[in-house]
Amino acid sequence: MMNRTDCLNVLKTHITDEIVIAAYSTASEWIEINDRVLNYFSFGAMGLCSSHALGFALGFPNRRVVVLDGDGSLLMNLSTLVTIGAVAPKNLVHIVWHNGSYEANGGHPIPNRDVDFCGVARSSGIRKVHKISDFQTYEHQIGSILKEEGPVFAEMMIEQGPLGPRSYKEMYRPERRKALKDALNP
Amino acid sequence: MASVAAAQVPALHGMKVIEAVKSANVEYVVAVPDLHTSKGLLFPIAADKNLKLIRVCKEDETLGISAGLSYANKRALLLFQYTGFLYAVNAIRGVAVEHKHPMCMMIGLLGKEPGVAPQESARYGVRIIEPIIDAMGIERHLVETDADLGKIAPAINKAYETSRPVAILIGGRPS
Repeated sequence: MMNRTDCLNVLKTHITDEIVIAAYSTASEWIEINDRVLNYFSFGAMGLCSSHALGFALGFPNRRVVVLDGDGSLLMNLSTLVTIGAVAPKNLVHIVWHNGSYEANGGHPIPNRDVDFCGVARSSGIRKVHKISDFQTYEHQIGSILKEEGPVFAEMMIEQGPLGPRSYKEMYRPERRKALKDALNP
Repeated sequence: MASVAAAQVPALHGMKVIEAVKSANVEYVVAVPDLHTSKGLLFPIAADKNLKLIRVCKEDETLGISAGLSYANKRALLLFQYTGFLYAVNAIRGVAVEHKHPMCMMIGLLGKEPGVAPQESARYGVRIIEPIIDAMGIERHLVETDADLGKIAPAINKAYETSRPVAILIGGRPS
């Protein structure tokens, strides 16, 4: 099992001009580790971050889009994998942090902690699939995973992080959305 | 009696609806199939080389995809049935209303009686749609016949100009 904060600190060193779309607990850690204009947090409903990401990936085919999803979030929109598999954007990397917990909602377990997200992704038509459980492998592979031709799906097995409540007010500010749009459309 | 009433209601031509949508610079259609709009809209849209169709599994996905596209100044039409609208209410609340993303929802009123106002329909699900849309503060337009086609492009343009959602209710079944 890995620690998500450690993983995000490594991820930061590989991120340049990608649009990074992060959900809930991961988002609140990511904004502390790497607050940047090309981050996007505004989903409006749990589970939809990868759907937003698909829209970004289609809208900006020459820019890579990285989704930092949660396992609880993905379960709320599992069909997104089928849609992404069918649309098959080459610039989309979907990372799910699998800790088996609704961390943002009190730490309750997801209905089945052994769910095989990689299996679902693979059978949904996503060919580049990775599952990583140890930090050394993560450090070694994350850079190349981010550069693979998409759609890419990566399941990261992590321990539970700090439980909520967390404030998402800062990351949902409309000024952030406007700054992102301005940066993407100079 | 129903068939007589239907025969007396002027037609709604699907191709004219599609032309109106395209005239508002819509590039993407994100859709879940709906029997009400299947023949008149979705099949022609799928065959239209000037529209990019994204087939999704459930209606709330459409909100996220359209929001993402809007950052690239790409316009999308969301096409689904009123039952799908009801399913996706939380996403519509969050993505479209509270986060103020432009969102153009074209909603098929399957089972609405021809020429009958939605709120006077015998179908419970159809009857409650307009009050729910009103309660959410979303602008709505009813397209029943070809006479209503002029509502479509301005509604889409306004949604993108003001970054707000709009609901275009398809009352008549497009031919």
